[in-house]
Amino acid sequence: MANYSTNEFRSGLKLMLDGDPCSILENEFVKPGKGQAFSRVKLRNLKTGRVVEKTFKSGESLEGADVIDMDMQYLYEDGDFWYFMEPDTYEQHQATEQAVGEALKWLSEQDTCVVTLYNGAPLSVVPPNHVELEIVETDPGLRGDTAQGGSKPAKLITGAVVKVPLFLDQGDVVKVDTRTGEYQGRVKE
Amino acid sequence: MADHWQPGITTSSLRYRSELLQKLRNFFYQRQVIEVDVPVLARSTVTDSNVESIKSQVSGGSGYLQTSPEYFMKRLLAAGCDDIFCLGKAFRDAESGRRHNPEFTILEWYRCGWNEHQLMDEVAELITQLTDLSAQEGLSVTKRSYGECFQSVLGVDPHSAELSSLRQLAVTVGSQSWGQESRANCLDLLFSLAVEPQLSDGLVFIYDYPACQAALAQTHLNTHNQLVSRRFEVFFNKMELANGYMELTDAEQQRQRFGKDCDQRRASNKPELAIDEKLMAALDHGLPPCAGVALGVDRLLMQLQGATSIDQVMAFSWPRC
Repeated sequence: MANYSTNEFRSGLKLMLDGDPCSILENEFVKPGKGQAFSRVKLRNLKTGRVVEKTFKSGESLEGADVIDMDMQYLYEDGDFWYFMEPDTYEQHQATEQAVGEALKWLSEQDTCVVTLYNGAPLSVVPPNHVELEIVETDPGLRGDTAQGGSKPAKLITGAVVKVPLFLDQGDVVKVDTRTGEYQGRVKE
Repeated sequence: MADHWQPGITTSSLRYRSELLQKLRNFFYQRQVIEVDVPVLARSTVTDSNVESIKSQVSGGSGYLQTSPEYFMKRLLAAGCDDIFCLGKAFRDAESGRRHNPEFTILEWYRCGWNEHQLMDEVAELITQLTDLSAQEGLSVTKRSYGECFQSVLGVDPHSAELSSLRQLAVTVGSQSWGQESRANCLDLLFSLAVEPQLSDGLVFIYDYPACQAALAQTHLNTHNQLVSRRFEVFFNKMELANGYMELTDAEQQRQRFGKDCDQRRASNKPELAIDEKLMAALDHGLPPCAGVALGVDRLLMQLQGATSIDQVMAFSWPRC
């Protein structure tokens, strides 16, 4: 991979730091009037998700990380791995449970996800921002109580539990924002 | 950014800026300090290895946009001008960010027969006047030595600490790559990242900088008998605002420091630059004892107006040019 100098640092750039792939979140130019210039960088470790702050001398360079984000279709899981397919080449990739992470509780077959590949293997999976999932378990709905607030937990077909309005029932399909885990609305069949 | 034809500054801030420039001038005119408008383009430039000049072509030869009016002003002082100030533009290459723009407005002035502490008091008077006019509550003004301030935050005496322990601290605060850095670079990193955020709001004067960061300031022994430079910096709400010196008048010592600058440039593969011999001749002729300070006017505006980016206080910052 190419090396990137601090003046090429920008948010989203993927770099290797201490052996792990990282993504730049923020880069600030700092320079005392009479002193050495440096770059104060916030990076997210793409393996652990942890955010670290490092300061490099201006002009210093870091190795780029072989990391790409790609839209892929989620196919199925076999108990050990989750399988994703590149839509253009039909090439399949198997992701570990660690790579799938939180996306696990939102994934339905055929969903298009963003899969981050590191050295060709899935490193992380981001589910679609919005998913539509069926409620499989919740307290009986209070029909007619559609106007006022109040919510109850509902278990969705993928295993996720979200707060939904009281009038919803088992079998209803709801739209959820996967970034916040919040109920967005009922999907009318 | 082709669609960014508009200025970064609002019309009301532009008016505020115009009023500020006038107030700065009035302050000095009332004190009989002469305004000088010196060249921004010259055949020579600073050799400082941490300051990059923008190079240009002038009538077939090379020219440099000046990184401050300092050398021309010192030549005027040596020629017999008394107290002088300059309010103009300066240029520094590769400096761009929230607090930096390659072209910026600088206020620099010299007081003959004064020492750095008298000059610090005048900086405080100037800024206090400006903030009074914008009807803020009293501006807090504090003065601390570099050594005391550094030690209070990091628990280490910056003047006497071993280089190895400074490097160790720098690695913790910065990254692995600071393990081989010079004393001056480690101190800069530690001060910027660890000490500056702990400074109080308002105006903070930090004086007696480490001897290795003397630049064009005299050195002397502090109260602990340590060699330090008679250099000070001014921080306004934790942001570096101004840098001042009890000016070094010893031409021989100045030539040695410039020589070290050139060595450092060579060692770090930076463009080699010739020492400004016209400045050296002026120093040989004799610079009167004086103290001088340079202040970033755009940063002053940022603090007075609560702006978060330099782009908000100048008509057109570099990305818009």
